[in-house]
Amino acid sequence: MSHSPPPPPPRPAAEVLSVDGASVRLGGRDVLQDVRFSLGAGEFVGLIGSNGAGKTTLLRVILGLQPLSAGEVTIGGLPAAEGRKLIGYVPQKIQLDPDMPVRARDLVGLGLDGNRLGIPLPSRRRTAAVDEMLAAVDATRFAAQRVGSLSGGEQQRIMIAHALISRPRLLLLDEPLANLDIRSAQEIIALLAKISTQQQVTVLISAHEMNPLLPVMDRLVYLANGRAASGTTEEVIREEVLSRLYGYHVDVLSVHGRLLVVAHAGDGFEVLAGDETAAAPGHPDHSAAGTGE
Amino acid sequence: MLRWLFAPGFFASPPVHSALIAGGIAALVSGVVGAFTVLRGQSYAGHALADISVTGGSASFLLGISPLWGFAGTGLVAAGIMDMIGIRRPRGRDLATGIVRGAGLGLGALFLYWDTTSTNASGVTITVLFGSLFTVSSTVLPLVGALSAVALGIVLIGYRPLLLSSVSAELAVVRGVRVRLVGMACLIAIALAVSLSALTIGTILSTALLVGPAATALRLTTRPGPAIALASAIAVAATWLGVVLAYDSFTWPPTHTGWPVSFFIVVLIFAGYVLAQFLTQRPGRVRAQEA
Repeated sequence: MSHSPPPPPPRPAAEVLSVDGASVRLGGRDVLQDVRFSLGAGEFVGLIGSNGAGKTTLLRVILGLQPLSAGEVTIGGLPAAEGRKLIGYVPQKIQLDPDMPVRARDLVGLGLDGNRLGIPLPSRRRTAAVDEMLAAVDATRFAAQRVGSLSGGEQQRIMIAHALISRPRLLLLDEPLANLDIRSAQEIIALLAKISTQQQVTVLISAHEMNPLLPVMDRLVYLANGRAASGTTEEVIREEVLSRLYGYHVDVLSVHGRLLVVAHAGDGFEVLAGDETAAAPGHPDHSAAGTGE
Repeated sequence: MLRWLFAPGFFASPPVHSALIAGGIAALVSGVVGAFTVLRGQSYAGHALADISVTGGSASFLLGISPLWGFAGTGLVAAGIMDMIGIRRPRGRDLATGIVRGAGLGLGALFLYWDTTSTNASGVTITVLFGSLFTVSSTVLPLVGALSAVALGIVLIGYRPLLLSSVSAELAVVRGVRVRLVGMACLIAIALAVSLSALTIGTILSTALLVGPAATALRLTTRPGPAIALASAIAVAATWLGVVLAYDSFTWPPTHTGWPVSFFIVVLIFAGYVLAQFLTQRPGRVRAQEA
């Protein structure tokens, strides 16, 4: 874990994110412990874990908003604080006031220059960039509406456009599928997969439910108790790997093409991952699913 | 029609000139700053800053300086204290605001008491609380202009970071906006806007000018720029029309000594809001049916 500057580590040019032994201790609790993984250009990676596993903390670490107690994070070879410019971020569901006089396209435009001073002068280039990004997320038709009046799925598209318009190399999304109905969730997943390929942007998407992401994920990072395992689904979603993360024995079941992570609990069992219903239309529990964190 | 609206001597009267200039500028600033106040959900902070300016306003009569110095001085100090004791966290925000407001009003009560007992200015309480636009001295106009320039400058220079952090502080932080600085600057602008309208329509009513036109404009527009422009237009229109009506009212019953300008301004703003509510109700219903 020594990172002495003189011999620069031979990083592959395509490496977009490197998390090297990241640890965070908050209030005497290890929120993240020695998390390590790296992402290449254009990869689509799921950050999977139940609520409280440390997903949001890890995303904040990558954004440079949460200091590390040990370890190092680099984005495109830069330390997190500087590398933030290379990141587009879609936060967890934001409550937007429906009466707020900000159109969807205004919010996308703020993704381009929201940190600059002065009022935005009308510019053909700015308008064109906003139009192009709205088209890329298929949001042109509601671009002139107030952003707070849009549906959850529509708002999510606008947030993605807001994050992408600065042409980041890494797109971070914090639980973008929570609070969405099945169809909207599937549409957002398809959209992100398309963008990741077309724009060669690396996507790291946090979710407490991995099944909807299985068809599109190149790899996943599984977080439990602040510890992480990364690799392909076949490499990570295994009993020995996950049991080590959780610190007790868990079983991995494959049911109708869905993966369930199950642990013994008393006389019965508890489903640790895979029990959400986004991939199972018609499931009776659907209305209760996805209340988010 | 025009002769009916503008009573004889209206345009020749120096107090009317001062009232139109000071009132117009204060209204313009209140409209612009008010739009962000409402957008950011800081109406309560604006309200508290207005209440606190009672302290400075009443103290200024004891010191023999223009009440605007008092309003602006206490407003800025209070804004600083509110920022220091946690206005950033939503829960801490209302507490901090409430505590500072209470302390300020307590001092204000003391100063107003001294004003009315130890000086001959028996009208001070009315002036501080409800304003008297026709007694605004033309010598205070340069200060009105300077404070307005600062408030408008903050909003115009910080426009995009302010807007983005109003939509979501989280998005703004990630974009590299210094949210704390932006919040502080906005609070200063609110304090200045409120002290300007405290001079014209009084400390109690100044939030009406801050929040009313902005709330009306936010209902009628879908874009931030036009919302701000409309809010200031409504504020200025209500103020000027209020001045005209107040001048007319010197011939009105029951006393034939005129009705207060502040009354007209606030009533016009309220009427505008009710009208906007009425106008936007139908589309709202259609949307509800579609959902």
